[in-house]
Amino acid sequence: MMAMALSTGQPVFSFQPEAQEQARAIVARYPEGRQASALAPLLDLAQRQNKGFLSRDAIFYVADFLDVPAIRAFEVASFYSMFNLEPVGLYLIQICRTTPCWLAGSDDLKKAIEEHLGLKVGQTSEDKLFTLREVECLGACVNAPAVQINDDYYEALTPETLIAILKALARGEKPVYAPCNVAGRCSCACKKEKTC
Amino acid sequence: MLKPQDRIFTNLCGHEPILLSASRRRGIWADTAKLISQGSAALIEQVKKSGLRGRGGAGFSTGLKWSFMPKPSERPHYLIVNADESEPGTCKDRAILRYDPHRLLEGALFAAAAVQAHVVYIYIRGEFGQEARVLQEALVEAYSAGLLGRNAAGSGWACDVYIHRGAGAYICGEETALLESLEGKKGQPRNKPPFPAQAGLYGCPTTINNVETLACVPEILRRGPNWFASFGRPNNTGTKLFCISGHVNKPCTVEEEMGIPLKELIEKHAGGVRGGWDNLLAVIPGGASVPLLPASLCTDARMDFDSLSELGSALGSAGVIVMDKSTDIIEAIARLSHFYMHESCGQCTPCREGTGWIWHVMTRLQKGEAEIHEIDELWDITKAIEGHTICSFGDAASWPVQGLIRHFRPVLEARLKKSGAS
Repeated sequence: MMAMALSTGQPVFSFQPEAQEQARAIVARYPEGRQASALAPLLDLAQRQNKGFLSRDAIFYVADFLDVPAIRAFEVASFYSMFNLEPVGLYLIQICRTTPCWLAGSDDLKKAIEEHLGLKVGQTSEDKLFTLREVECLGACVNAPAVQINDDYYEALTPETLIAILKALARGEKPVYAPCNVAGRCSCACKKEKTC
Repeated sequence: MLKPQDRIFTNLCGHEPILLSASRRRGIWADTAKLISQGSAALIEQVKKSGLRGRGGAGFSTGLKWSFMPKPSERPHYLIVNADESEPGTCKDRAILRYDPHRLLEGALFAAAAVQAHVVYIYIRGEFGQEARVLQEALVEAYSAGLLGRNAAGSGWACDVYIHRGAGAYICGEETALLESLEGKKGQPRNKPPFPAQAGLYGCPTTINNVETLACVPEILRRGPNWFASFGRPNNTGTKLFCISGHVNKPCTVEEEMGIPLKELIEKHAGGVRGGWDNLLAVIPGGASVPLLPASLCTDARMDFDSLSELGSALGSAGVIVMDKSTDIIEAIARLSHFYMHESCGQCTPCREGTGWIWHVMTRLQKGEAEIHEIDELWDITKAIEGHTICSFGDAASWPVQGLIRHFRPVLEARLKKSGAS
């Protein structure tokens, strides 16, 4: 597990009205008295409202919202890899490094991004636009190599197509959500020739 | 080769529209109420008879698992759909979630009726944001059409389905870790017994099934258990989704008959090994957790539970990772060791400490910095983990390394000799 520091000194956190409503709807999915089940979904909600990371305050707030001990919320926040306990860039780039993506050239992607952004894995750019990370299997192995940027997967990448995506993001554009548009393949790589 | 009319997953690649009206054209939600009206015992019996074994990796009989649920009492029963697909090499459930979500929802309703559950949670891995959105859309459609809810599909069975998104942890695919996670805790596996059928979610009787497993159920009930059992051979029946990745010309996810020869699978569906069959070095046939097969064993290997187990490997989740002769096989496995070190939940000492040691020694071997005797020590570390942990993650971390030492010891030794180790 990665060692992570808890950030401090953030303004006091609370859910905005829309998030309040979403949070109540999430809690209602679980039986009465089992509201702790909503911990991870609510931490995710808090993280989205808080520019992509969980401050100490946000974790305390969610624990309080669900009436569970704060330590339990901290345990959950620190256990799961999708919770960021320190600030991240506007775009969190996560390169899959596990064997199927590695066989398909994930190291080339890493090198290309590092050169293009002037960043090493684990760093955030000075303009706070990009954070670069390596992650374990994204579960898109047939369309390797894959990279996740915020909520979206980009698959069957080459250094060129990936850099084009990063440039589009830097210009403030939203690149076409790309499970199907790279190399003309869909998720099973059989858009053109039906083998399945 | 499986005939098109015998495929269960007719929209695996998203050639057809995804949502309700198109799903109905694929035969989903057709006579749901009539099938449910047969009652719990008949549903379980048919799934037992079909020979369906869990598609998540362990391969336990689905019908038998359902039959372990106790008689209804004051305690509610739960059905949980395990959509936490994270096994390296595997992306089959994702295709179902993306392109055929109603097939899963209908299968879940049948299973809920069989195990007498009125509440279903679908635990989907957190990274699958797009898939969760598609599934949510399908769920809203199903409720609006009366296919779920108080009188699901007019069957008289009340069934509510909720989506629960994970937050990034491979271990939550282990069913008791999933339960802990769903209860709002760290995903650390529970000791068994008690098994989930006795004390699962919130201490209540619970059945947990993989996405592909449940999505097979509607066709089994419609076409009959004998139809499903006519594919493959006894104890290894049905059709199966295979994900073929790595050094093949056309990686793909495909449905085939259980027991298809590995070579045929790769050549007919994945365009063959890059550079031809003779350029094959090794295949990991069932996702990262199973021992690799060297090329010499691949030529005659058949893709089912028993055949692969006879070869000292396993079908697992049927994620077929193909490696050609350009592969540094030591790094390929070292990468998996890194995966297991990162994903160990930290609960059991042999796994928490051992996975780190495995990766450490694997890295030394890969770089040619180790001494020859460290190969045996590495073997000993894996044996100290295997079978000594609460869940089978420890075994999964050990087996790929054992496979490497068993089949590629000369390669390991050659690298150390080349770099001058004694």
